[in-house]
Amino acid sequence: MSTRLANSGRLIDRSKPVEFKFNGKRFKGYEGDTLASALFANDQMMVGRSFKYHRPRGVVASGAEEPNALFNMGEGGRFEPNQRATTQELFDGLTIRSQNHWPSLEFDIGAVNQLFARWLPAGFYYKMFIHPRPFWKHVYEPFIRQSAGLGQVPQEKDADTYEHFYYFCDVLVVGGGIAGLAAALKEGQAGKKVLLLEQTADFGGRAVVDGVEIDGKSAEAWVQDTLAALNAMPNVTVRNRNMASGVYDHGYVLGYERLTDHLSDKSGPRHRLWRIRAGHIITATGAIERPLSFAGNDIPGVLLAAAVRDYVVNWGVSVGDRTVVVTNNDDAYRTAIILKNAGLAVPAIIDARASGAGPIAAEVEKLGIRVLKGKAIAKVKGKTRVTGVKVCLQAGEGSVIEEIACDCVAMSGGWSPVVHLWSHCGGKLNWDEDLAMFRPDPSRAPTGADGKAFVSTVGSASGYLSTADVLKDAGLEVTTNEVAAAPLEPVWLMPQGAGPKLRMKAWLDYQNDVKVSDVQLAAREGYESVEHTKRYTTLGMATDQGKLSNINGLAILSKSLDASIPNVGTTTFRPPYTPISMGAITGAARDELFQPIHKTPMFDWHDANGADWEPVGHWRRTYAYVRNGETVHDAVNREILNVRENVGTLDASTLGKIIVKGPDAGKFLDMLYTNMMSTLGVGKCRYGLMCNENGFLSDDGVVVRLAEDTWLCHTTTGGADRIHGWMEDWLQCEWWDWKVYTANVTEQFAQIAVAGPKARQLLEKLGGNMDLSKEGFPFMTYVEGKLGEFDARIFRISFSGELSYEVSVPASQGAALWAALQEAGKDLGVMPYGTEAMHILRAEKGFIMIGDETDGTIIPQDLNLQWAISKKKEDYLGKRAQERSFMASPDRWKLVGLETLDGSVIPDGSYVPAPGYNPNGQRNVQGRVTSTYYSPTLKRGIAMGLVKHGPDRMGEVIEFNREDGTMVKAKIVDPVFYDKDGEKQNV
Amino acid sequence: MLLLQCPYCGVNAEETELAAGGEAHLKRATVGDSDEAFEGYLFMRENKKGVHLERWRHAYGCGKWFLAARDTATLEVFGTYPAQTTEPPADVTENIRAKYPDWSWKETA
Repeated sequence: MSTRLANSGRLIDRSKPVEFKFNGKRFKGYEGDTLASALFANDQMMVGRSFKYHRPRGVVASGAEEPNALFNMGEGGRFEPNQRATTQELFDGLTIRSQNHWPSLEFDIGAVNQLFARWLPAGFYYKMFIHPRPFWKHVYEPFIRQSAGLGQVPQEKDADTYEHFYYFCDVLVVGGGIAGLAAALKEGQAGKKVLLLEQTADFGGRAVVDGVEIDGKSAEAWVQDTLAALNAMPNVTVRNRNMASGVYDHGYVLGYERLTDHLSDKSGPRHRLWRIRAGHIITATGAIERPLSFAGNDIPGVLLAAAVRDYVVNWGVSVGDRTVVVTNNDDAYRTAIILKNAGLAVPAIIDARASGAGPIAAEVEKLGIRVLKGKAIAKVKGKTRVTGVKVCLQAGEGSVIEEIACDCVAMSGGWSPVVHLWSHCGGKLNWDEDLAMFRPDPSRAPTGADGKAFVSTVGSASGYLSTADVLKDAGLEVTTNEVAAAPLEPVWLMPQGAGPKLRMKAWLDYQNDVKVSDVQLAAREGYESVEHTKRYTTLGMATDQGKLSNINGLAILSKSLDASIPNVGTTTFRPPYTPISMGAITGAARDELFQPIHKTPMFDWHDANGADWEPVGHWRRTYAYVRNGETVHDAVNREILNVRENVGTLDASTLGKIIVKGPDAGKFLDMLYTNMMSTLGVGKCRYGLMCNENGFLSDDGVVVRLAEDTWLCHTTTGGADRIHGWMEDWLQCEWWDWKVYTANVTEQFAQIAVAGPKARQLLEKLGGNMDLSKEGFPFMTYVEGKLGEFDARIFRISFSGELSYEVSVPASQGAALWAALQEAGKDLGVMPYGTEAMHILRAEKGFIMIGDETDGTIIPQDLNLQWAISKKKEDYLGKRAQERSFMASPDRWKLVGLETLDGSVIPDGSYVPAPGYNPNGQRNVQGRVTSTYYSPTLKRGIAMGLVKHGPDRMGEVIEFNREDGTMVKAKIVDPVFYDKDGEKQNV
Repeated sequence: MLLLQCPYCGVNAEETELAAGGEAHLKRATVGDSDEAFEGYLFMRENKKGVHLERWRHAYGCGKWFLAARDTATLEVFGTYPAQTTEPPADVTENIRAKYPDWSWKETA
């Protein structure tokens, strides 16, 4: 029976009782309790069921290494699965539910899996569910998903807020035990800017629990004094509840600070992610005790020995009245002493070593505790909690010598330094044969930008286990009251000759239900690499990432393979050390702050006038302006017809605008574009194509020569930043002696396309000082001056095939100009049109669109754009590539227009099948559609596509596939569907 | 997360401020060059475990391209330098040779 003791409990405040709810039942605890200690205080030994066999499981540890005690915590917007009871501090109103059982924790249907455990070994799922193939998707997987899994997925949006915090320091010390405190003090005294992070609320680590005396004063007093000294230093910052979760390249560290997880009051940010750059990182992360592998080591009531004394000393909780200690080292004897001194019974210490313990044995003897040397646990008795142990010889095969009644087993298989942070960036480990542990090798530390070590370890993290050794490693010579320890004896299986029946009940990984027999099976089946064994058996793949299980599993594997432990090696340590919340990673980057939206100066007008928004890069553009009672499709058709009949306005502000200026600007643009831009007359416009060095089309747009040494390059909406970067790349890295400046002025100007037969009338109604007549302002030229009260540049260019102007004004005048055009154009029937109308208008004219007709594998020649490639130029980017034989092949698919025979619209993405199959067994193809629309102007479906030998097959009818398997017939035609002679844009 | 010093503005820039641009000191092949020479320029890249000369742009800073000599295995940085050069400068070469005495750049080997 676990219970609250009358006194003791250095962390709890008995004057502050709190209430919490477990599976709907009300429980009581104290402030300072962890959830785990409070559950013990309420005699709740069973806390969940295991992943695979649904075996009853209890708390096994007292810290971050806990594999079993995971809970669904909180409700609604604060619900979160897999919360660890050993690190969750208790607060009033805390609500938890146990996981992985149905219908209840006490009676669970899935527990029937235990009966079939013999037939559920490692790799079972891989072996069993492979045949017949279709069964996996339709039968096996849905069933397994139903019965497996840990916690539930939250159903509501996270109600909390999170934040990021940037920090820079000379030295980061990780861990607030005595080693970390001593290291921080030393660095602080040396004048360094120091940050110390401790993952729990409390400082001092193991030393304060074990009651060590340092230089004649209690560890508790030593810790308080050192903390006070650190807090007094202005160059030292100390933070608790802040876990260093990962070490990354060049001294980058993430700290995970939990701000409100321990409070009833949830106001303010819940977690704060510290993004730290440290000159040097000292990990004082301590060590984790290892379980022993004996049959029934997973029954609730079997705990790590150090955890048992943590519960007594820190929280005044006894796990059981009668505790059997089982160990292979001296440290676990401390547990027996602390339990006995707390008035609890310790019927026996089972020590696997035939020679027993060092001087600490005398202390135990004095307390009257029986020590069984060279003995082992053959089997733990009990189902949902421990009722006793069967004792055998460690050297034997498990013949039972005696039975001891008990309700708690405290086990210790030795200690493993916490090397995770050391290893994240490549720190290497040595196997220490005597201590049976992997220790950091300081000569093979992770190295930084300067080639020197940027992580070091101190204390138990270095593999030192006594207080004096730990502090000596931190540079402090002290005397302590600790006695020398006798050597540990590695024990990887208990008893060493345990047969199959016992091995099948000796657990390595509690959360994932991996047993000694599973790892042995994996070795027999040829999984020699530790990384393969991990994935085959799922050893160490649970949310605790094998903190308890990895070394034990490794030792079993090495034995099975007859290889030494260092030759088998460890699996890779990866961040985070323990799971961190997605919210902390996200920080403030959610909802409207997730990705800032680019808005044009006319955004508000569009929004107030029925804009159906379309994201284009980071921009929002109007797809169509939907009026009352209209569908979006109706709106698009109305807008197109109005452009063809009257006049429409398009917000084209998102088009990229890059100024290229300087004595060598013309030469530079001749290299960038396939066309000749240096010969463009001042005041003239030219449509230009850009290719990459592979010859493929990358961007297009109208280039305007503003002055003798200045050009304005328009790019696609998505291309502005990319093309500007591309220009800078060539100017900085290849032609750095060319005198050219570039400036991306995309957002400095608002641009409005005014298109339609009445476009000139509309502009003239605004007045101003520019001659807009046909003769005074011919096609493909530009003028600059006053349009009404606006400072405008007007380009006479057309992407719709109609009489069209693009009016560019400073961004600050954009909204006013847009409104003025709508007002002035009322009696001309002006309507705004959106991007979809723009797309269809251009398709009716056979104009290509980057991203529709091109996909990164299309050269200008494929699109019959030879007219835009200068034959006079010796070189341009992409020219050499286009000379390659494959690019010049007549078999390349080429652009054509397509007209369906029945007037329907070819589906997007359709292909033209060809006879036969390719070597992959797929149908051969001879073409595909690239743009396909319903044309309201022509009242039929029109399309463009790339077809093999297309331009030579005019008039031929080919078939495009539909998703339903039927085909649609289309005739190959000229891609210009509307106004083939271009008369309408030139009036 | 790497830290590289931008040789133009002097900032010790975090990797998130930078854009990687692949191998440095490529020699552009173009019209008149053989297919082999053009293939080498367009596609053939060093993929070394060890010293690598590479292009970076201080994209979310001063916007300049610069070059870096870096060990791809240990992430040691031997130096960063302006992009307006056809070969690594002497001080960077020296830094590399201090660690790898036998190192030579493929173009000068």
